[in-house]
Amino acid sequence: MASLEGGLGALATASGLAAQLCGVLSLAQAGDHLLCSQNVYGGTITQLSVTIKRMGIETTFVPVDDLAAMRAAVRPNTRLLLCETIGNPSGTIADLHALASIAHDHGIPLLVDNTFASPYLCRPIEHGADLVVQSATKFLCGHGTTVGGVLVDSGRFDFGNGRFPLLSTESPGYHGKVFTETFGEYAFLMRARAEVLRDVGAQLAPMDAWLLLQGIETLPIRMERHVANARLVANYLRGHADVAWVAHPDFADAQQRELAARYLPRGAGAVFTFGLRGGRDAGRRFIDALELWSHLANVGDAKSLVIHPASTTHSQLSDDEMRNAGVAPESVRLSVGLEDIEDLIWDLNNGLRAVAAGATVSA
Amino acid sequence: MILATVAQRQALLERAHSIAMVGASSNPLRPSFTVFSYLRTKGRYSVVPINPTLQAIDGIAAFASLRDYAAVHGAPDIVDVFRKPSEVLAVVDEAIAVGAKAIWFQYGVINDEAIARADAAGLDVVIDKCLKVESARFDGGLATSGLNSGVITSRRKQ
Ligand SMILES: Cc1ncc(COP(=O)(O)O)c(C=O)c1O
Repeated sequence: MASLEGGLGALATASGLAAQLCGVLSLAQAGDHLLCSQNVYGGTITQLSVTIKRMGIETTFVPVDDLAAMRAAVRPNTRLLLCETIGNPSGTIADLHALASIAHDHGIPLLVDNTFASPYLCRPIEHGADLVVQSATKFLCGHGTTVGGVLVDSGRFDFGNGRFPLLSTESPGYHGKVFTETFGEYAFLMRARAEVLRDVGAQLAPMDAWLLLQGIETLPIRMERHVANARLVANYLRGHADVAWVAHPDFADAQQRELAARYLPRGAGAVFTFGLRGGRDAGRRFIDALELWSHLANVGDAKSLVIHPASTTHSQLSDDEMRNAGVAPESVRLSVGLEDIEDLIWDLNNGLRAVAAGATVSA
Repeated sequence: MILATVAQRQALLERAHSIAMVGASSNPLRPSFTVFSYLRTKGRYSVVPINPTLQAIDGIAAFASLRDYAAVHGAPDIVDVFRKPSEVLAVVDEAIAVGAKAIWFQYGVINDEAIARADAAGLDVVIDKCLKVESARFDGGLATSGLNSGVITSRRKQ
């Protein structure tokens, strides 16, 4: 994974959220502050705003495309800036280079959750990121068999700059060693592994590591097909009368298309949302009518997946938090798989017919 | 010559046999002790501490200076430096005087004048790298701790 992401080293963890926790706890402690994109996975928002907050580490969430607000939200005690390459589920693409500049101007690293792109579509370290997190559960695994995560360090960030006492002063958890002095450019990775992962206990199990490696062997082949199928599905939906909107980067505003071209030249992934005319009820009827698409909260599986975020992945969030994360009540999230495109569209068409029929019945 | 590439450092580690470790410490918390112990367990190097304040580390007698070392062991293949950057010009001068073939400046031991002087005298020079880490890069130790060695192998570790 370190090779694939172009990093100095990597840590395998029991889940994507465990990888992120190890990253945060390697740098921050009670009294510190984090800055995070608002356009991220619901579980990331709750991890930061509930569990990590209870440890005395506060997080400010800012829309990922509001760079001025992001810059203004940095505090003297901010230790990390977090974002997703492609936001889940809004599909918002982060301007990695600009976010890295904001972070570096303030002496803090940029951590990018690269789950939706995988290193095949984007290598954030090449665009200024210092740390990368993957939920390996998704495209890396590729078959929905395994939960796992990866934390990668570029090795470029100077953790001895005075802002990271956890790395640059004697550590009571590791023989009193000073990580920056003992391990040089490896300081972050060594602390993340030898101290934080050890104490958190969220190591990747050997069988799971093996299953994930099976997936990684075919990553490039699968990603090409994922991206191509996603484009075709998005085009089909956009042309349908009962679809209100399609949030595929191909149809986004000029600024988002420019970011997609810059950071994701091979395609902006295979997970996107669309809105049904008819709101929340229409979403449920649509999913109930599908045969081939699986109703699952996972993404990045070889098979195509569909979910209604408002009643599942984002159901823990308040309405405001949900809207801030880019989730509308009528939005349906697709993770486009590797199946024959005609079969995928046939099934979606049946779902949309059921929505239309339901609308007639209730009218 | 400044050894800037991985391949150059690998070649140095392969041709070297004797390492004189300037500033080696007997305190297990110090990085130099870790590097000293690691290189000894590898078995292929003669590693000797150079430190006027020490008798020995793990039973290996320390020498007060590189000159004293060279009088017994001859010129070292590598002088490995764990000293403050402000102290290393003198180390370079001694390394040149005893005919050392290479000088290795550990993490953070950066002194431009010392680097230039060693380079001009024809020594191989490694800057801001750890001898243990670079050695582990080629014996699989780095990969075991999840660090990107840059070496992709299909072979099971021996
Ligand atoms: C973008 C993103 N990051 C992180 C995670 C969390 O990963 P895991 O379920 O492996 O903890 C998810 C899971 O849905 C995700 O979509």
